[in-house]
Amino acid sequence: MTLSKLMAGLFAATILTAPAFAQGYPERQITMVVPFSAGGPTDTVARLVAERMSADLGQQIVVQNVGGAGGTLGAGQVAKAEPDGYTVLLHHIGMATSATLYRNLAYDTLNAFEYVGLVTEVPMVVTARADFEPADFPAFVDYVKANADSLTLANAGIGAASHLCGMLLMQALEAPLVTVPYKGTGPAMTDLLGGQVDIMCDQTTNTTQQIKAGTIKAYAVTTPERLPLFPDLPTAAESGFEAMQFGIWHGIYTPKGTAPEVNQRLSQSLQKALADEGVAKAMADLGTAPSSAQDATPEALKAKLEAEIARWKPVIEAAGVYAD
Amino acid sequence: MDLLSNLAMGFGVASSLANLAFCLIGVLLGTLIGVLPGIGATATIAMLLPITFQLEPVSSLIMLAGIYYGAQYGGSTTAILINMPGESSSAVTAIDGYQMARQGRAGTALAVAALGSFFAGSVATFLVAIFAPPLTAIALQFGAAEYFSLMVMGLVMSVALAHGSVLKALAMVVLGLLLGMVGTDVYTGAPRFTMGMTQFADGLNFVAVAVGVFGIAEILRNLEDEHDRQVMTKNITRLFPSREEFRQMIGPVLRGTGVGSVLGILPGGGAILAAFASYTVEKKLSKHPEEFGKGALAGVAGPESANNAGAQTSFIPLLTLGIPANPVMALMIGAMIIQGIVPGPNVVSEQPQLFWGIIASMWIGNLMLVVLNLPLIGLWVKLLTVPYFVLFPIIMAMCSIGVYSVNSNPYDLFAVAFFGLLGYVMSKLRCEPAPLLLGFVLGPLLEENLRRAMILSRGDPTTFVTRPISAGLLVLSLAILVLVFLPQIRKRRDEVFTESDA
Repeated sequence: MTLSKLMAGLFAATILTAPAFAQGYPERQITMVVPFSAGGPTDTVARLVAERMSADLGQQIVVQNVGGAGGTLGAGQVAKAEPDGYTVLLHHIGMATSATLYRNLAYDTLNAFEYVGLVTEVPMVVTARADFEPADFPAFVDYVKANADSLTLANAGIGAASHLCGMLLMQALEAPLVTVPYKGTGPAMTDLLGGQVDIMCDQTTNTTQQIKAGTIKAYAVTTPERLPLFPDLPTAAESGFEAMQFGIWHGIYTPKGTAPEVNQRLSQSLQKALADEGVAKAMADLGTAPSSAQDATPEALKAKLEAEIARWKPVIEAAGVYAD
Repeated sequence: MDLLSNLAMGFGVASSLANLAFCLIGVLLGTLIGVLPGIGATATIAMLLPITFQLEPVSSLIMLAGIYYGAQYGGSTTAILINMPGESSSAVTAIDGYQMARQGRAGTALAVAALGSFFAGSVATFLVAIFAPPLTAIALQFGAAEYFSLMVMGLVMSVALAHGSVLKALAMVVLGLLLGMVGTDVYTGAPRFTMGMTQFADGLNFVAVAVGVFGIAEILRNLEDEHDRQVMTKNITRLFPSREEFRQMIGPVLRGTGVGSVLGILPGGGAILAAFASYTVEKKLSKHPEEFGKGALAGVAGPESANNAGAQTSFIPLLTLGIPANPVMALMIGAMIIQGIVPGPNVVSEQPQLFWGIIASMWIGNLMLVVLNLPLIGLWVKLLTVPYFVLFPIIMAMCSIGVYSVNSNPYDLFAVAFFGLLGYVMSKLRCEPAPLLLGFVLGPLLEENLRRAMILSRGDPTTFVTRPISAGLLVLSLAILVLVFLPQIRKRRDEVFTESDA
């Protein structure tokens, strides 16, 4: 693209979106699309921040759940929406992984959106049924390596956080476990509680309460440092599994062409919401923490998305699993 | 006497003026949305969620729970009056309930449904209170093999749903199973029968299919022949059941409550079997099985009780494990988290006020529902006298809004239109929609659990007979199969007898 074309494009974009960021944005209700069903962990995160952002913006943010096809339907809907700042998307790591998991996406992940900022990064915990033999993570590693072909690994479906973490776990341990997919975290967790499956790696949002109650066993976390919530749980990196560092990061996006002023306004509002004590406490109860003010910016989210697409592409291609 | 003091505490919490008010608002809203065809509890609770943030956690959960079982209640009203079930459970009620309405017995059907539901709801609430922890332990014994065998039992039962040709019923079950295969394969991620449309990646929407094959098809049939509807409204003699009818409903209600309570506990889709299972039991036990499908009282009383009992006991996995049994409960968990209560196995001990307050409110809510609904029956029946050219566009509009509100997916509306036409063609061919719906609901569960059981057993099919619960369920299915086909053999003999009598 030549400079003049770029300038022309920018000019056109400015004219087209001019009314949208007229001084008073936002002037009416904003729709926040969550590409997953109501009540799930992503929906909960969305509703938590939407409530506080509404207070700051002076306009209600209404959460709309457009579930289906691993979040790609909701993302596709926002990609096609008017870039006026009244439709935003809250999506998690799936935004990056679906770029590889789905080979015929209706949108171009890197070119269909503008960025508002990161919201939170939920840590993952390696867990097993309550009566699983190994006592700690090093023992777990040895045991799983020795018994790989007789152990089962649950996940909540292709593309789910537990599926991604499971792929990383198997690649790190070089242990091809028997993978048992479920339709969602609920049934997978039920079977882990009932001892029907052996291992699952999932977000703290889903595992914290069960770990505290002793109904499942926790072995390691995937964060760079130990969690304040579980000071006794080692990180996977402590045992030398550097590759097993990741979290389920959530970000807010707007359709391509949304004015930078609008994204900045939303980003400011997001930073305020994340600084709220109530939000911090609710997130702490779920085992996560709000993103910092530096991360809740368009630049940080853009960099994260690009890095994560590059990171997961080889992992998914090595596993040879696609969702289409 | 822990239980009594706990219950007393629960009633103390639930009967505070504010909580009574929120319970009332919940059941009222629930009844209302249940009566509006297609608009489900999930959509309503999702919309109301932001409002509940301002309330006390107990109050907001009491209200949301009220919406949930209020909607179950209201759903049977539309199933009976206009053959429009909004959920899998009320699809069964529609079979005989709508026939009763066509005979001018709409009031009786509604009263039976209300009273049966109240009784079942009360009993099931106490079951939740007394047995929640031990029942959870049993539910956790259910793995993939057990669920597979349970679904096999459900499919065997589906044959009994038919009141015409068994062959056509089987064909409908198979068609339902095939429709259930539309969507993404859980194990490989491959899209099946989606015709390349990502909007169908998660399968066909149940509400769209049910509203289509039952409701829209019925509207098309009525437009063809207005005469039927005049019969329906002119023949109304009584609104409430006679003493004889009361006597008839006792057995079905008791059995329905039992069946529903047991199946409701299973988080993997047990509750959806409750109404179907109860219908089968009643038809088998009845002295007049030929009345089923033509307005049998037991065909309404049993399934309605089972459905409501199951709705109450399905709170057990939520409250004791923190795991939602359906989308409505997932939303309630979301509401709890935002309120700062993270549901999990410790909720009972950490938040006794919340746990017992909700349980007590369920009973109070059920009482409110029956008090509200009995006087309303007259009003609902009057609704049938609304001229059809006014009523049917309203129903169509409501259905469309309701179906769209579930997923905000316009393709669901195309599905309604398609299944409406299919339902009309089916009625011309004398094929019944209920077995199709059962196949549609059970098919995906059957396949998912079959394949999961096989993965877990490393491809060893004996897992279904070596696991005791699974084996027991399969034996039971076999017994039901024999019971279903035995009367056909016996009927031939009976025919000989009746001829000689005459």
